[in-house]
Amino acid sequence: MGNQLSPEEKQEALFQRWLSPTDPGGNDLPFQSPEAEKAYKTTINRIRDAIQMKKLPDRVPVCPLPGFFPVYHAGMTPQEVMYDYDKLSMAFKKYVLDFEPDVHIGATAPGSGRVYEILDYKLYSWPGHGVSPQHIYQCNEGEYMTADEYDALIQDPTGFFSNVYLPRVFGALEPFQMLPFLPGILEIYGVAFNFIPFGLPPVQAAYKALFEAGAEALKWAGALGAFDAEMAGLGYPAFWGGFTKAPFDTIGDTLRGTKGIMVDMYRQPDKLLQAMEALTPIYIQLGVGAAKQAGCPLIFMPLHKGADGFLSDEQFKKFYWPTLKKVIMGLVDEGVVPFVWAEGGYNSRLEAIRDLPKGKTAWLFDLTDMAKAKKALEGIACVGGNMPMDLLSVGTTEDAKAHAKKCIDTCGKGGGYIMANGAFFDKVKFENLKAIVDFVKEYGVYK
Amino acid sequence: MSEKLVNAIADMREEEALKLVWTLVANGEAEPMAILDAAREAMTIVGKRYEEGIYFLPELMLAGEMLIQVADILKPELAKLPEVKRHGKVLIGTVQGDIHDIGKNIVTFMLDVNGFEVLDLGVDVSPQKFMEAIQDFQPQVIGLSGFLTLAFDGMKETIEAIETAGLRDGVKIMIGGGQVNDEICKYAGADAYGRDAMAGVSLAQKWVGAQ
Repeated sequence: MGNQLSPEEKQEALFQRWLSPTDPGGNDLPFQSPEAEKAYKTTINRIRDAIQMKKLPDRVPVCPLPGFFPVYHAGMTPQEVMYDYDKLSMAFKKYVLDFEPDVHIGATAPGSGRVYEILDYKLYSWPGHGVSPQHIYQCNEGEYMTADEYDALIQDPTGFFSNVYLPRVFGALEPFQMLPFLPGILEIYGVAFNFIPFGLPPVQAAYKALFEAGAEALKWAGALGAFDAEMAGLGYPAFWGGFTKAPFDTIGDTLRGTKGIMVDMYRQPDKLLQAMEALTPIYIQLGVGAAKQAGCPLIFMPLHKGADGFLSDEQFKKFYWPTLKKVIMGLVDEGVVPFVWAEGGYNSRLEAIRDLPKGKTAWLFDLTDMAKAKKALEGIACVGGNMPMDLLSVGTTEDAKAHAKKCIDTCGKGGGYIMANGAFFDKVKFENLKAIVDFVKEYGVYK
Repeated sequence: MSEKLVNAIADMREEEALKLVWTLVANGEAEPMAILDAAREAMTIVGKRYEEGIYFLPELMLAGEMLIQVADILKPELAKLPEVKRHGKVLIGTVQGDIHDIGKNIVTFMLDVNGFEVLDLGVDVSPQKFMEAIQDFQPQVIGLSGFLTLAFDGMKETIEAIETAGLRDGVKIMIGGGQVNDEICKYAGADAYGRDAMAGVSLAQKWVGAQ
């Protein structure tokens, strides 16, 4: 077999691809100036050094991770950018040029309102569809998988998504409940039988909606690709190759819901554990596939329900961590760098998450004590986060800078640190964010 | 018998607890009010264990589910009894622009089992709706919930509107959810913030002078 590269070599290969950006057509991307090329490559090397911890970076990377902030900053509404992709690009470009962060996270976050409309998306409310034009989209939590459906999910996760879950969260795909069981198309006897559903008018209408949504998604992707290429040409790398999730959050966020998964921990713990195991290889594949396709090793992993206060330590170790660790290790084995975003507090989990190989992951914290985090993960993983939302939103510029200084003093020593926020922000003070970015570029230099 | 029920609920033995309630009702061994009191006593233990860091969200959620089921079993009997006396009134809702409700629902539930009359306005509640409800419901305490950082402004606007309308005196306002802390409390103009559901209950108890 040809594929005998070690995880280190695979990671190196992905970093090399990230260092050599291509345009949407796959050709080498021209930089707009030698300075832009230098900035692009210096940033990636800086992030690589911070993550691998083999070499001291030139300075602390400063990587704010905005939610809808660029949209409000540009004086637009979330509704405008979800329907007008030119405005979307303009807003995110203005953000990058005004703040000059080391990296950007693309303009993907708002998504395409039109695609959601065509598909009649029910899982979220978005501007004009359940929330006002000035507000951001939000999830409608519910039990989109019922308590008695664990076996169906465990036996055939993909089939469960196509025939049960997607028809529930997309009104236009409801007829997919009628789709055939594909493993039945085994030999000539099964063929004509199993194609009957595709002739039914409701199923055909669902496919028509899919084609329309696909065409719209392509338009949206065109705008995003052009934005990424322009930013790379100017010297700003896109931060993430894609995303994946912890199996516990996958089930708890959008399948069973918070209450559903938490009562299942008592009512049917074995089924829950089995389901998370069944989802583990799938969510490894999701992250690895995205990193390879994008040519970027960093994969975003937002963590939700394993935070301090959500579960006891014992519950975290039994239900949350084992399959999360498997997903992380599955990514690491393929050279991918899980960029784990531990929302909420993670103080009580620091001991457990030390059980990871050195220099293969990055952990961004939200409300965690950064001194404790650094101490626990020193020599194991790059840490970051903790840019406080209250200071960004309502504090003074001096408060913001003082906090940034404290973060660098506490965590920056010896590398392995990225300045970033631990929760997405939408409306913060321009001058506070700008002050932090500028301050880190000056104060965060390693000498 | 009631001690057994209290322990079954407090120790998260759902099946046993529900069987006990069915048996007590079917055999006429306990008054419905006595069963409900036992369930409330168990909830107090659950709340205490949550405060002490022994229990976490799964236990609060499961306890809530158990209490709903117990109340359902007792409903036909309880309908015949007079309304219990409440400590005070709390008006609660997630502020405009935010539709998150899990945290708010837990707070509502914990206030209810701790003897408050709670009016929950739901999510994405405009300042106008809050003010109308203040006039109709006459709460002593108002709870503003929000998960998004955008909710900071929603809280501030709601409290400003309440002040402008001359409704601020005589009510205490608490905020909670997501990234809320002391700074945000000052920014929004609230009286206090609560980090979790039991903190919200304690604030309400302190303000209305209830035990």
